[in-house]
This record gives sequence, C-alpha cells and structure tokens, in this order.
Amino acid sequence: MKCQHCEKPATFHITELTGPEPVEYHLCEDHATKYLHASENAEVPSPTLAGVLAKQLKIGQTAEELARLDKKACPICGITFYEFRHQGRLGCPHDYVCFEQELEPLLVSIHGEKRHVGKQPLVGQQNTADQTELIRLRREMQDAVDREDYEKASQLRDRIRQAEQKQKRGGAA
Amino acid sequence: MAGIRVEGFEEENVILDELVRRAPEWLRGVGPESDIVVSTRVRLARNLAEFPFIRRCNEADRTAIEKTVRDRIREIAAWTDLLYLDLISLSPIDRQFLVERQLISREIADATGARAVAIEPQETFSVMINEEDHLRIQVMHSGLDLNAAWAQINGIDDLLEERLNFAFHERFGYLTACPTNVGTGLRVSVMLHLPALVITHQIEKVFRGLQKISLAVRGLYGEGSQAMGDFYQISNQITLGRSESQLLEEVGDVVPAIIDYERKAREFLLKESPKDLHDRVSRASGILRTAQTISSEETMLLLSSVRMGVNLGLLKDLPIATINQLFIHTQPGHLQKLCSSELDTSERNVERARYLQEHLRNDSEPPRT
Repeated sequence: MKCQHCEKPATFHITELTGPEPVEYHLCEDHATKYLHASENAEVPSPTLAGVLAKQLKIGQTAEELARLDKKACPICGITFYEFRHQGRLGCPHDYVCFEQELEPLLVSIHGEKRHVGKQPLVGQQNTADQTELIRLRREMQDAVDREDYEKASQLRDRIRQAEQKQKRGGAA
Repeated sequence: MAGIRVEGFEEENVILDELVRRAPEWLRGVGPESDIVVSTRVRLARNLAEFPFIRRCNEADRTAIEKTVRDRIREIAAWTDLLYLDLISLSPIDRQFLVERQLISREIADATGARAVAIEPQETFSVMINEEDHLRIQVMHSGLDLNAAWAQINGIDDLLEERLNFAFHERFGYLTACPTNVGTGLRVSVMLHLPALVITHQIEKVFRGLQKISLAVRGLYGEGSQAMGDFYQISNQITLGRSESQLLEEVGDVVPAIIDYERKAREFLLKESPKDLHDRVSRASGILRTAQTISSEETMLLLSSVRMGVNLGLLKDLPIATINQLFIHTQPGHLQKLCSSELDTSERNVERARYLQEHLRNDSEPPRT
C-alpha cells in the first residue's frame, strides 16, 4: 500500500478515534511524523468568555446598535454593558435581570443551555429585587457623600439600616 | 485592619507553622485509584444578594461582606475548630504557602482589600471570602471520590445558605460574577498523575478528546498554569442547564478511561523498553537523593518519575505518601515555612536539595505529620 500523500510505501497505519467516526490513515514515515506532529500541536480552542462575547456581538448587530447597547446601564450597580464586555465580569446579581436579553444568547453559547436545573435554595428566597435594592441605596449614599450632600446621605443611611434589618429578619434562619 | 484572632490560638503564625508540618487529608495517597488519581476537588461559587459582585465593590462593601460571612460562619456549631485567616495580615510567604496547599487561589492571594479564608483543620474543605465571587467553597478528598466530595460540599452549602442570602434567579440559578460559572456554580476537578501518557506522547490526544466533550484540562495549579510534574486536572466547563449529579457524572465517566490509557501506557513502557524506564526512574531517584542544589521544576519532573517508579514496583523503599508530600513540601512557600526563614532562589535550591536528601534516605519515615 502506498502513502496517501506520496509514492512511498505506507508503513504507518493510524486509526483516529477522536472524531464521531473512526478515520484510517495510511502514511509513509515522513508524512506520519508530520501528521502526528501537527495533531500534537493543534489547539482545539475551548469557548472562552472573551471569544464568545466577540463572536456574539459580531453577529446581527450594527455599529450603531452596539454603541446603544454599550451605553445600557444597570439601575442597581451602574455597570454599563460596555464595561461588562471589556472586563468580562458582571457588576451585581441584578445584571442578570437588566441585561437578560443580551446575556441569554451568551449563556447558550457558553453552556448550550439557558435554564438552571440544579440545586434550589433550601429556604424560600426573598425576592431578588428586594435584596439588590440595598446595592442601589448604598451606591446612592456614596454618591451623596461624594457630592457632600450630607442630608441626602443621612436619609439614605436610615433607609439602608431599615432594609438591612428587614433582611436579617426575613433572610437568616 | 488588625488580623482576626482565632479562638484558642495566639497568632496566625502559630496556626500556619503547625499546618505546614501536617499532611493534608487529600495528599495521603489513599482512596480508589490513588496511584493515578491524586485528588478530587469540588467547588461552589456563591454571592450575597445584597452586595455588588467583587469587581464592582468598594472597600466598605468588601469589608462588610467579609464581616457578614465571618459572623455567620462563627455561628455554626459544627465549625468551632475552623481556622479563620485574614489574608491582608498574612505575609506573602504565608499566602504562597496557602496557594501551594490549594487552600486558596492565586487570584485571592494576589488581590488587595478585605479577604479571608476559613479552613477545616484536616483541610478537607476551605471557604474563600471575596475571591472572584463572594464565596468560593471547596472540598478536597484523596483519590477518586466524587460522590462523597459532593455530599460534603452540599452540606456545607446548606449550612451557609441557612444564614446568608445567596443571589439566586429562578431561571439562571445561582448568580456569579462571570457568566461561565452561573447556574450550579459547580466546578468538579479530578487531579491525575499521567507520566506514562506524557512519555509516550499520547497526552495531547487524550486532551483533544476531552475538549470535544466540553471538559477542561489544566496543570496542577489551576487557571492557565503549566502542567507541573505530569499532574493534570480535568474539570467540567459547563455549569448551567445540567444538574450537579449530571456534572459529577460527566467528569466521573471519563476518568476510568484516562486511568486505563495511563495504565496501558505504563504496561507498554514496561514491556517495550523496561531498561529505559527503569533507568529513568533510578536516575531520577539518584539525582533527588544526591543533588546539592535543585530547582522546583527539576524536582517536580524527577519526583514524577519516582512516583511512577514506586507505583510500578521499580522502587521499593519509598511510601507513596512521602513522595506525594515532597511534591508540595519542596515548593517555595512550604520550603521557606519549613525552615522558618526567607530564602532567595539559589538559597531555596540548596535547602530543597538538603530537604530531599533528608526525606529520601532509604530508612526515612514519611515527613513528620
């Protein structure tokens, strides 16, 4: 038998089992060395977040749409979609609600699914909105302090305390 | 911020000095298939609903998260003997030591701001606070032990969930800073020692096969690290849309096949080139016993051959637990803690050679535990 790539006799008979079907190769020593060496160095890229993000944003979005999307910000933590896109990390739990539309196709690319089927919290969880509200209040208080609007800051501090008390009563067993 | 004192201990230093001399449970070299499967690790990512994710936190948020979690952990009656370490107050060597011990990640070691770790004294679990997520819970067992490791971490998660409001979304599950962890927040990893697959150049082939079924392969020290000493971690990449038991099964299902490949590669080497194999193992053992100065990389490489030699019965006078421990006791952080002084690279290489000689003497006992 001749080598599949040249006239030399095929001395290497390789059966590749990594694909869905076994594939047979009959190669001379030179071509077998090349083949084995190439497959050793071949990188099969696993889906990285950056890759998936880049791919998703290239599809079906004009520059204008992308610019508009980038400006979209979470009302709770203030992170913009642009910041998420660049840092690869979300700002708070509410981002999964406010960027839901954008995140869903991303989750499908990463996980092949978009619905959790695993463990559920033991105790009846409070409404996520109630809990993340604290993030917004603390952020607004910090802004008020930065502006030196101490009256506003003090009002917000009282509301934060109330919310924290409510959490302690409702959340912790 | 002052270091958090742990009841019953004077100083964090005392705790760490004691810890360094002990053997972690997961390195004992026991459990099913422990000649090839070194350890099983599972981790859960959890976040408190009432705080931003870590990257978006200011220092006040980080401090508040750390305090909230610390206070709740202290309420847990079964956890009174937990070691709670404030990572800000630890020296770089101590943090390096905890990374080598796999009790904390490189990321949390190098971060700034309020952050901590709670460690179970036998080192079967640790809880990192303010890593990429507010909580990273991990359980480590010796050998291939997926179901027991899951049962333990699930119980730990329940204890914490009774006391903390974890961010949860009815469709997306447990919410995480990075969308790659959302859903179960579960990463299942099995650490394998695969020297024969490396020698026979089969390892890349195995990995390509794994990547096709969405499993990731990493070196010994996690994210982005090179495989040191022929240790490889195999873990799931998908966390959403599959139950925890499915994810455990997916990792568990491929491990026996890889063990089988490694055993076949070892048999092949024993059959086809027994002299070469014996020579490699004997030389490795010889260098480790006689070197006067040796780098960490060379040590890992040679210990890997020795470990395989012991498992194949080519070296008879060494317990596997000794070899397992030498892999981490010869790392820079451990070495400096064991000799209680700061050493530069060349001093470490000399100390490492001395330490190896002492523990590889034919009549040696396993490193003191």
